[in-house]
Amino acid sequence: MAERLLSVEGLRVEFKTRDGIAKVIDNLSISLDTGETLGIVGESGCGKSMTALSIMGLVPIPPGRIAGGRILLDGEDLLQANEQRMREVRGNEISMIFQEPMTSLNPVYSIGNQIAETARLHEGLSRADAMARALEMLQAVGIPAAEKRIHEYPHQMSGGMRQRVMIAMALACKPRVLIADEPTTALDVTVQAQIFDLLNDLKEKTGTAIIMITHDMGAIAEMAQRVVVMYAGRIIEQAGVTQILTDPRHPYTQGLIRCVPHLTRNPTVERPPLLEIPGVVPALSQLGSGCAFAPRCPYADAKCRAEMPPSRAVDSGHDVACWLTEREAAA
Amino acid sequence: MQFLTVVARRFLYAFLLLLAVIVFNFVLLYLVPGDIAETIAGESGGASAELMAEIRRSYGLDQPFHVQLLTYVGKVLQGDLGSSYYFNAPVLDLILGRLGPTLLLVVTALLLAIFAGTLFGVIAAQRPNGIFSHFITILALIGFSAPVFWTAFLLIILFVSILQIMPLSGLAEPLSETGTWKWYLDVAHHLFLPVVSLSSIYLAQYSRLARASMMDILGSDYIRTARAKGLGQRMIIYKHALRNAVIPVITIAGLQFSHIFSGAVVIETVFSWPGLGTLAFESILRGDTPTIMGILFFSAFVVIVFNLLTDLAYRIIDPRIRLSNTA
Repeated sequence: MAERLLSVEGLRVEFKTRDGIAKVIDNLSISLDTGETLGIVGESGCGKSMTALSIMGLVPIPPGRIAGGRILLDGEDLLQANEQRMREVRGNEISMIFQEPMTSLNPVYSIGNQIAETARLHEGLSRADAMARALEMLQAVGIPAAEKRIHEYPHQMSGGMRQRVMIAMALACKPRVLIADEPTTALDVTVQAQIFDLLNDLKEKTGTAIIMITHDMGAIAEMAQRVVVMYAGRIIEQAGVTQILTDPRHPYTQGLIRCVPHLTRNPTVERPPLLEIPGVVPALSQLGSGCAFAPRCPYADAKCRAEMPPSRAVDSGHDVACWLTEREAAA
Repeated sequence: MQFLTVVARRFLYAFLLLLAVIVFNFVLLYLVPGDIAETIAGESGGASAELMAEIRRSYGLDQPFHVQLLTYVGKVLQGDLGSSYYFNAPVLDLILGRLGPTLLLVVTALLLAIFAGTLFGVIAAQRPNGIFSHFITILALIGFSAPVFWTAFLLIILFVSILQIMPLSGLAEPLSETGTWKWYLDVAHHLFLPVVSLSSIYLAQYSRLARASMMDILGSDYIRTARAKGLGQRMIIYKHALRNAVIPVITIAGLQFSHIFSGAVVIETVFSWPGLGTLAFESILRGDTPTIMGILFFSAFVVIVFNLLTDLAYRIIDPRIRLSNTA
């Protein structure tokens, strides 16, 4: 029976910039149940990583500021927790792995030492016990000859291996939530598939819920049960993974899906043309009062540019914030 | 075993370099105008033409250049640096007698510069816009632009003339008994001003270097990882960041050991510190060629040894260098 594990309610994060206050995250609400994988999708700069850092309590303050909202882990508001409590949460109850496995490990300590450090910190294990735990974790993430490689340094390993080490480190204390921030972006395609399999496999075994941050719809299809699509710091669409992939409602979501290249077995069959979304994510300080996607949207009209569309349920568990669906609903 | 081959190769290079230093020194001093025989004769109060010829013959000065050079190189390789014209004593004994005070001065100054410099830099990096950080920047600017002898004189004016809490010169009070704890304390008291003057430039430099590299590292991905693990600020700074930040400092300090050694000549002269620096300075004034060559050789030796040690030190600190097979 799935239970509500983590919920973010009405989160607002602001950054002070030279051009004024930028609303990096605006009124964001997401929830995560035990044993679930939630995908957060969007282009670079739309607030995905900042959402993750907010949950970890690692938003750089200043220039950042949490302007409002709640982040509830089993009912405890992490935004109210002190630094001492947050250090207990990080790496123990909520862990995170990052986009750049090449630089995310400390070059001067052996990988065994770095994994063991987490176990010693949170569970007070002895040096020997912590190293045994590190070995167990390295085996669990499928590192061959783990008892030998445990003494190696990050520069002796490939990107895929380092990301496995990061995963081993993140899962060493059996956290309840794992946040994976574009964990495969820097890796080869074949290695990407291995990492997805590994994460799915570990989720089965440990019951850790995963928040998977990515811009890759392929990764979402592989991993997630539910998907949140973000644009310019807001959620514009959320639904179950099948709904998102087969029936995307927001023009931005449709665009993201059309951007994924398709392979067909039969080269004579004509493939659908690969489309792009014109333009780029606007600078947050340039946002007007209307829908943030309007400047790039093929269907945008005067209302879109003037007013922010509200979020509306179009189906059970499928919410969209777009004037287009509003119009359809009215018609 | 790669590590050992690298070390062996380093030792070979060091040996070849020393050989080159011996030859170069010899050639350099051979080219200096003036007749060495006259200097030697001058010490014994002038001499007749026969005596001059006798001196030239007995010191081998009548031999052709290459014979003199090979004789010298051969002797040095056997550990014989010749004997001083002035003291009429083996150069090696003279040098070894003066080595202790110089090493004490140089090594203390270098360690002070490395430790205090790194510490200042690390503290400053945590609040790049704080008061302490600006203080470090200004201190570094002053320390770096002031010549050591000038710094030394200002320190003398402040501590010796005005405050009168520090001794002016020498290694210790002449009458105190050596070896007692009181004597060690006395030496430390005398050491203070020379060490502070000598280390000022390097301390300034290292604190800037450590500040910059620390700031760089605090923004790096693996520090973010350390935070995500739940580590506290102190562990992040002193375990994960410091070891990375100290690598450039060690590298520079090793390269600069030769500078600090030559800086010691000036400082020793200012404070009448009975070390190699004063011996070198006085020997040059006296035209005591064997002693000069001996000191030059010896300082080259010390510098090369320290470069070797530095190299080994950061191989130990940084596994990326330790485990790579490039020399």
